[in-house]
Amino acid sequence: MIPDSSVVEVTLESDLKNVEVAEEITRRVAGTAGFDEDEQQRIEMAVHESMINAIWHGNQNDSSKSVWLQFKIHPDRLEIRIRDQGKGFDLSHIPDPRHEENLLNVSGRGIFLIRTFMDEFRVEHVNGTGTEVTMIKRLSPGFQTEQGGTDREHESHDSRN
Amino acid sequence: MSMKATIREIDSVSVVDISGRITLGEGCTQLRELIRDQLSKGNKNLLLNLADVTYIDSSGIGELVSAFTGVSKQGGSLKLLNLTKKVHDLLQITKLYTVFDVHDDETKAIGSFSKAANA
Repeated sequence: MIPDSSVVEVTLESDLKNVEVAEEITRRVAGTAGFDEDEQQRIEMAVHESMINAIWHGNQNDSSKSVWLQFKIHPDRLEIRIRDQGKGFDLSHIPDPRHEENLLNVSGRGIFLIRTFMDEFRVEHVNGTGTEVTMIKRLSPGFQTEQGGTDREHESHDSRN
Repeated sequence: MSMKATIREIDSVSVVDISGRITLGEGCTQLRELIRDQLSKGNKNLLLNLADVTYIDSSGIGELVSAFTGVSKQGGSLKLLNLTKKVHDLLQITKLYTVFDVHDDETKAIGSFSKAANA
């Protein structure tokens, strides 16, 4: 199902039912990239939480909007970008859910889990058209593959930035 | 697969066998309504058997916290049984493992409710 290319892109309708579609794609891509089953599950969960943020908080559960995903396999890492059509959020205002005063909060654990499971996580607002999160997971040196993308490939998908 | 739940009454404890996904949307809503329903019936000792939970996300964890605090406020007790490795790891990472009373033996878990009541 995964093409030979090291870049996989998909645009999904902004509907919670598509979270499982994104999970399935993530599992396959992460497996192709060389991550073991435990790491695949962690990456899948980071994508799940990002999809929830994009659909529920970013796109306000409006199914006329969409969520764009890009998976880029590099020899030493997997880079995932997820873009919604929402106004974005400020990471500095997200409290640590592990602090005693926040422990019994009902919400506020999604970003924390993404940060825990991925090596890099950043959020950017894209030209007033939406919010894009970038997540990077590095392969352990023993698992690094011969295949992978190049920086040149990056340019062809950045027209909206 | 969405969430499914069946309830068994054993020694004044409602054992809730949950399977499937506890995630934002249907799964969380079902769990919330189930807890509300049990409390409305006066069932305040709840043991959630999570052995067949295939997926839980941050919203599902939040729903467990909400259930825990809601039952406690009613003077009851909510405990967890048979965590999968995934759920166990998530509760450890979020430091909630020590908040919940977690068991891996159903008989002992049910017995712990009466011990707490007699204490």
